[in-house]
Amino acid sequence: MAKTTSDTTTTKGPVTLLIGTRKGAFTLRSDASRRTWKLSLPMFLGHIVHHMVLDPRDRRTLLMAVSTGHLGPTIYRSTDAGKTWKESSAPPAFQKMPEGEKGRSVDHVFWLTPCHANEPDAWYAGTSPQGLFRSDNGGVTWTAFSYINEDPQYLEWMGTVQDGTPDGPKLHSIIVDPRDPKHLYFAMSGGGVHETVDGGKTFTPLIKGLDTVEGFDAATVTFHDPHCVRLCPSNPDRLYQQNHCGIYRLDRPSDQWVRIGKNMPKAIGDIGFPITVHPRNADVAWVFPMDGSTVWPRVALGGKPAAYVTRNAGKSWTRQDKGFPRADAWWTVKRQAMSRDGHDPVGLYLGTTSGEIWASRTEGQSWACIARHLPEIYAIETATLGR
Amino acid sequence: MTIHIPSALRSYTRQQSEVQVKGSTLGDVLSELDNRYPGFRFRIVTEQDKIRPHIRIFVNDEQAQGLLAPLDEDDRIYIVCALSGG
Repeated sequence: MAKTTSDTTTTKGPVTLLIGTRKGAFTLRSDASRRTWKLSLPMFLGHIVHHMVLDPRDRRTLLMAVSTGHLGPTIYRSTDAGKTWKESSAPPAFQKMPEGEKGRSVDHVFWLTPCHANEPDAWYAGTSPQGLFRSDNGGVTWTAFSYINEDPQYLEWMGTVQDGTPDGPKLHSIIVDPRDPKHLYFAMSGGGVHETVDGGKTFTPLIKGLDTVEGFDAATVTFHDPHCVRLCPSNPDRLYQQNHCGIYRLDRPSDQWVRIGKNMPKAIGDIGFPITVHPRNADVAWVFPMDGSTVWPRVALGGKPAAYVTRNAGKSWTRQDKGFPRADAWWTVKRQAMSRDGHDPVGLYLGTTSGEIWASRTEGQSWACIARHLPEIYAIETATLGR
Repeated sequence: MTIHIPSALRSYTRQQSEVQVKGSTLGDVLSELDNRYPGFRFRIVTEQDKIRPHIRIFVNDEQAQGLLAPLDEDDRIYIVCALSGG
């Protein structure tokens, strides 16, 4: 039986990247030094793989959120670290509404999160359009979690498909407090950040301090567009957020987000999609800024890719572009496509819309391309597979 | 009756391109297929019982507009994956 690894544990040995792309899933496995990498053959070639996640509680079970251009959404699950896969017998689906009433349909499952370490085989899933689901049997069957999927107030906050991102509004960043399985966060694009402390009996918005697009009322939950939220494993009272309107930090029990992106260089700004945090130092976080000017090109600013790191909880930021192209690189990193491992120093991984994977073994001080010519990359998760 | 299975769904039907089914409506037939091949129906019909946007189902030469479409024993049913981008 493989051991469960705490998210703050310093890991050693080979790292496996779980890569979801617009045309299938791949794994990329390193040697112990993380210098050489071996790419797998594609899995589910041609399927849209939105997220692939390892269960850290057994380090053998993998779930993969899948759809295709034609077919509806499903979840595949493997209990042998990806050797074989079976389809969920009841994937996430909204409540069937009576004839004549308008009901929602899941377009795709976007986000997967294993539940608390004390809840083996339990998972959460976030969907597009926004829905929150749970499985208590390792992803075999899924049911709506909590009341929000059909709640009139939440439906108003979720808005319509027109209010969401170009490929559909999403529920994402489902975060479980490692100290308390009843304490969860999730985020919606659009629809703000939300929290429950009673296992989903009640949820409350957590949007104070967050900006909205100019001219929109920041007190209206609907107008908030968090792109990615991360909790610091080493200090679960601290969260970081990359939002449509800036980079933020929240230190609980405060409910007031602080816009730490204002400390970014003015020429760069604080717009982007992904954010990732250090496993053992809550003052350290990385972002990958993108061009949010005019029509929102959503590419590396000036065609010059760079990560930015803060080592003091957002008081200042340092550019990290060594190894990246110096010019003419017009790619984007999606919100699920930036990840890190648990090594010391921490390894960082970026997947681009142009199908490249960039890695840093030095916490961002230098970067190297470790795979190219893949399909458009949607998501990267790191995994330490059990034997 | 005969139902033609597109390549995208043959992983469910053990690669069979045609399957024999019984039922008086399209909904009956798809439920029967789902019993035989679990997961099949949800890939082409939503939880609101609507045919998915990039799926078309033809009964003989006519496109079925919904699951209530009536069927005869000698009908031929075609599930077609519509164009859905590159």
